[in-house]
Amino acid sequence: MIGLQHYLTISAMLFVLSIAGIVINRRNLILLLMCIELMLLAVNFNFIAFSRHLGDDTGQVFVFFILTVAAAEAAIGLAILVVLFRNQRSINVQELNTMKG
Amino acid sequence: MIFQAILFYIFSAVLIGAAIGVVFSRNPVHAVMFLVLTFFQSAMLWLLAEAEFLAIVLVLVYVGAVMVLFLFVVMMLDINVEAIHRGLTRFAPFGIAIALLMAVELIQLIWLRSRIDIGSGAFTAYPEGYSNTKALGSVLYTEHVYAFEIAAVILLLAIVAAITLTMRKRPGLKVQNISAQVAVRAKDRLRVVKMDAEKKR
Repeated sequence: MIGLQHYLTISAMLFVLSIAGIVINRRNLILLLMCIELMLLAVNFNFIAFSRHLGDDTGQVFVFFILTVAAAEAAIGLAILVVLFRNQRSINVQELNTMKG
Repeated sequence: MIFQAILFYIFSAVLIGAAIGVVFSRNPVHAVMFLVLTFFQSAMLWLLAEAEFLAIVLVLVYVGAVMVLFLFVVMMLDINVEAIHRGLTRFAPFGIAIALLMAVELIQLIWLRSRIDIGSGAFTAYPEGYSNTKALGSVLYTEHVYAFEIAAVILLLAIVAAITLTMRKRPGLKVQNISAQVAVRAKDRLRVVKMDAEKKR
């Protein structure tokens, strides 16, 4: 039957895929943000699976807060992206060297 | 129960396929659409795990708000797709190799540990009349009310940050200056001139 391991496996596959996405799409800032969203989703899967397995609702409260923080992060990240594109006409990570880091 | 298992496998297959689409699609708009599909399928899987409240929140907040925001930004930016994807093939084998290695390790570990520790790991059914929303609310507003308020402040911070970052002052724009209008005195606008009465000719 479907249980903890199945959900953990799905979560692991999602997480690994998003890591591959970060390595592959490391030039496009917007795809990097999307891969981070995917990674947070994988973490949420873990929380929900364990919350269900242990019968403890606190895990789902954690998911609630992670969703809140991820939404705030997406809003601020996209705002920074818009300002960046307005100033540089590009969101290529390799061209962002104005701070000489 | 077997029906639930079939549904689980269908949903997870679509989920993984959509996630692959997010990572490998060349067009950012397609990637956002695949991400919408990914979030929707995960909401379905959460429904199967009887986390109904969070599943609906995921659909409403993520698919409804955050993904639309992503779509707006992607369409607004007008990125040169070809220029960005020129270096794709160079890093692709490296990334895929790392991902495969990590996937094999993680999945092997999950199934190996679960055979020793937790048996089959199948979810036990909730008692009759269990309400996920009610249970979540009763924990959220009592034990975690402080964290809940912090979450509200974080959302406020996000609003303020997004607005201050993207607001720009364009030169030459004609706008009202309300405070100057209100603070104006009569003597700034009206000049009383003293002069002698003119004689009739």
